[in-house]
Amino acid sequence: MTHRLSATAPSFRESKRALHWLFFGGLLLVFLGSARLAQVDPGVLLDARARANFLRFFAGAFPPDLSSQFLQFLIRPTLETIQISILGTAIAVAIGFPLALLGTATLAYRGVLHAREVGAAPSRRVVRFLPYAASRALLSAFRSIPEFVWAFMFVRAVGLGPFPGVLAIGVAYGGMIGKVYSEILEAVDPQPLEALQATGASRWQIFAYGFLPQAYPNFVSYTLYRWECAIRASAVMGLVGAGGLGQQIEISMRMFDFHQMFTLVGILFGLVGAVDWLSARIRRRVFAR
Amino acid sequence: MPRVQSSIADAHSVVGRQPRRWFPLAMAAAVVTLVWWSARGAEVDLPLLLRDGPQAMLSYAGKLFPPDLRPEFLLDTAFGALETLAISIMGSLLATLLAFGAVFFASANLMYAGVLFEREAAGRVRRGLRLSLYLGAKSLLNLLRTIPDIVWATVFVFAVGLGPFPGVLALGVHNGGVLGKLFGEVLENVDRRPIEALQATGATRFQILIYGILPQALPQFLAYALYRWEVNIRAAAMLGLVGAGGLGQRIHIAISLFLEHQLLTLLLAIYVIVTAVDYLSAYLRRLII
Repeated sequence: MTHRLSATAPSFRESKRALHWLFFGGLLLVFLGSARLAQVDPGVLLDARARANFLRFFAGAFPPDLSSQFLQFLIRPTLETIQISILGTAIAVAIGFPLALLGTATLAYRGVLHAREVGAAPSRRVVRFLPYAASRALLSAFRSIPEFVWAFMFVRAVGLGPFPGVLAIGVAYGGMIGKVYSEILEAVDPQPLEALQATGASRWQIFAYGFLPQAYPNFVSYTLYRWECAIRASAVMGLVGAGGLGQQIEISMRMFDFHQMFTLVGILFGLVGAVDWLSARIRRRVFAR
Repeated sequence: MPRVQSSIADAHSVVGRQPRRWFPLAMAAAVVTLVWWSARGAEVDLPLLLRDGPQAMLSYAGKLFPPDLRPEFLLDTAFGALETLAISIMGSLLATLLAFGAVFFASANLMYAGVLFEREAAGRVRRGLRLSLYLGAKSLLNLLRTIPDIVWATVFVFAVGLGPFPGVLALGVHNGGVLGKLFGEVLENVDRRPIEALQATGATRFQILIYGILPQALPQFLAYALYRWEVNIRAAAMLGLVGAGGLGQRIHIAISLFLEHQLLTLLLAIYVIVTAVDYLSAYLRRLII
């Protein structure tokens, strides 16, 4: 027995080493190919014209436009950005949460909740499995199409303004939130669930007292993270005419008014920072329970 | 002994910090108020949406079919998809290199605090130098992170011209900041025991870094880099909006010129590469950890 092991070990190790080389060789090829396709050319950055452009951009941005007229004008787009992000995240949760429940394997067809049902008729298992597969597919379609494409399409469907931006964030982030929620639900500690089941708790009770309390802090934490992303995404939404600060950034860019753009990016910077700070505080509270 | 003490401390903190009953209720009320306020600001017209929305969206979705499957267009789409893939790979590589270069300066336990420095009675000047290096690196990473990738892309398009390369730079710079933050968290959370053991053997700081910290941190660095790659493939598609090539540029054109059948083909292409990257990255991450 030991003899056989020692005989196979070196050849196994050798084949593993060959695999490693193959892997790194492949990786290098991928990087080189990508560099070519993406026209990576660091020389361009040192080029005199690029340097002049950078200088024009950054020198042109100083000082930021802080005239009271411009700042007063910006109050509304800033509020609009906050509103788009909040409502978009709310819609994302409204879309993502139900789909996550359907798309969680341990809720849908296996695990503690269904442990007693091993002998159940196959037709019943199929009925349980179908909504699971359907909601997974839906979630993956929602999140694979980037939010700006959703925004484009909603602008076509419901017209310009902040509302298509809200819908775009709602659908795209709904797909991401749904996926992550279901991962959180699948990762809960099974021991409390089994304890609950042993006391004769119903499925609903196991969900309410076993799954939810464990998953809830992570739900809150991830949702807050998405909210932060939604604020940043508003910069993209504006490009396709979906309101908020992004639209002002687009306009300033078109007019080559870098002073204004500097102010706008500064406000975005402040907003993201504020949301970051706020969510850190809420997170600490939620996890302290 | 320390373990016993810490568990007593835990018990104290649990007793001392009773969860407040009103907190969840207040949070719920705040969230409802915020969502209501946002809905008013974002010009959501729910009755109109429910009456006309589904009709408008369905008719738009109907116009997308069938996808444009002419061979020459498929070839162009495939090229666009490869370009997007290349941008995302190069962008992630650049971001990883940037973050890896900066993170060691931006990590408190490597620069001025903790085990590595407890023996050192360094002069004020040296400490001040270390601290300012740390603050400099940290705020640089913050700045890179907070400016959205789309804004970076417009800056780079302005500086080096149209094409995929400004997209690579934008992804690299923005995600360099993001990865810098994530890498920093990894470094600050490494297990201290191997470090203390190394220190006890008289290892230098550099040796402690190489043999105590990096072996713990590198796999997590790689996992985070792969996670950002998943994010970047979506972002790379988006950067086409500002003229940075790839599928995004083709989508922008298709939407602007009302080429709905081509749009559907492009959307399917995005779906395919995004899903493929998700799976590949998840597989590689499982290999690493």
